[in-house]
Amino acid sequence: MKGWMAIYYREILILKQRFFRQLASMSVMPLLYMVAFGYGVGEKVTVDGVNYMSFMIPGLLAMNSMVQGFSIAAEINIARFYWRVFEEFQSAPIRHVAYVTGEVLFGITRAVMGAGVIIILSWFFGISFSYNGYFWLALVLNAFLFASIAVCLAMLVKSHADQALLVNFVITPMGFLGGTFFPLERMPFILREVLAYLPITHAAKAIRQALFNQPPPIVSYLVLLILGIVFFMAAIWCVDRAKE
Amino acid sequence: MIEENEKTAIELVNLRKNYGKLEALKGVSLKVLEGELFAYLGPNGSGKTTTIKILTGLACPSAGTAYVNGFNVEKDSIQAKRQCGYVPQALNLDNELTVEQNLFIHGWLFHLDKKFIKDRISALLDYIGLSDRSKTPVKELSGGMKRRVMIARALLHEPKILFLDEPTVGLDPSIRRKIWALIKRIQMDGTTIFLTTHYIEEAEFLADRVAFLAEGRLITVGTSRELIETLGRWALDIVDGEHMKTLYFSTQEDAKQQALQYPGSFSVRPVNLEDVFISMTGKRVQA
Repeated sequence: MKGWMAIYYREILILKQRFFRQLASMSVMPLLYMVAFGYGVGEKVTVDGVNYMSFMIPGLLAMNSMVQGFSIAAEINIARFYWRVFEEFQSAPIRHVAYVTGEVLFGITRAVMGAGVIIILSWFFGISFSYNGYFWLALVLNAFLFASIAVCLAMLVKSHADQALLVNFVITPMGFLGGTFFPLERMPFILREVLAYLPITHAAKAIRQALFNQPPPIVSYLVLLILGIVFFMAAIWCVDRAKE
Repeated sequence: MIEENEKTAIELVNLRKNYGKLEALKGVSLKVLEGELFAYLGPNGSGKTTTIKILTGLACPSAGTAYVNGFNVEKDSIQAKRQCGYVPQALNLDNELTVEQNLFIHGWLFHLDKKFIKDRISALLDYIGLSDRSKTPVKELSGGMKRRVMIARALLHEPKILFLDEPTVGLDPSIRRKIWALIKRIQMDGTTIFLTTHYIEEAEFLADRVAFLAEGRLITVGTSRELIETLGRWALDIVDGEHMKTLYFSTQEDAKQQALQYPGSFSVRPVNLEDVFISMTGKRVQA
């Protein structure tokens, strides 16, 4: 199945062209969070028995893998509406699953790169964890889910403006409310119950417990995996729907 | 004339396409023969691009069927796509990547072997006269060069049929002629070419046969000569007050004789496909 490799290879070549710009852009948001929330707000605050920075970094890793996984939607949109490269894929003898696989793998690659940036930055702030297999599994599953959602939505939206709306109304609120920067237990009961269903809540929980060497929350891993598969299948359907 | 033993490369059978309430194609049926250079001529919005999009798998027909090299474009879409090379109207290369990288990705999309792709890229860049540009980022190429790279990309997997959607739109006349020469050479090498255009001279110069399309309907199909001879070979344009009318004659002499009867200004010229299109549809091709 060379089709997915062609799609993935194209994205990697473009990433290579913009590598240092991309790396710099991936560093800005985590750095701001670390300075503003880590130093500015939370230096003397402890949450769940650890200092706030140590609590926040796992949440930041979860949020960042979601954002980086989802960010391929913008790239797909540019390829589709501006460069029209998507027509090249549509007219090629590849199956929709190959296209979705290539793009989702790229989303995961971006998420892993983003995690690398945060891990390195956090060393400078004196925070280090043992990044075990459970951590990487949760991160990859989270990126898999949000990259699949990204492909779905990129196929359904009709313009760049629609894309921006989705980020503002879905991704940004999830990034803040899914147990990333504060424990859900501090939220009012109703809200807490609702937020517990968000996939980012499960990702933050799985990543945090992996980094704190606590037993892995199997349910959270399963939620991410099952939702990931559902949205991956939906993405294949959406690519077919993108045909005129 | 289509001979019985000639093989069909493209076949449209009562092809229809609706976009909401808009009927872009209203039951088009035609056959294109293997090795032929077939021009699909019509004004903007007549359904030319829609036809190509259906044939190359970018759009689904609302009704009817289409075949490329005997493969149904819907039921055998993967096989059908292997038969086709497609050069869309809009430039759609990856600007940040080099010429070679753009072509390489195309080769992988068509499941070609790495060694074959490399050899083919080198041969094709030589063919289109850009062998010294393989490492150049596409954004540094001129419009005409980009168009040639798109043609090379479409030929990389050795398609049996090449679809060219308005291949010279937006190019200056000298570059347009270079593209025409390239298209003719591709046909001489054995590729069937299906070309859409709204340039009369492009269809007349390149095509073995021409189809007229207007408002989603096929008006007529034939060689340029056959179509022109339905009117006569010579046209007399007469300015009559604020109006201009055109009369058609078999010979130049007849046209000149007739012209002498008019006191106003006139011109005698050979009949072209635009005249035929206007006489059949009442509209111009190049609006």
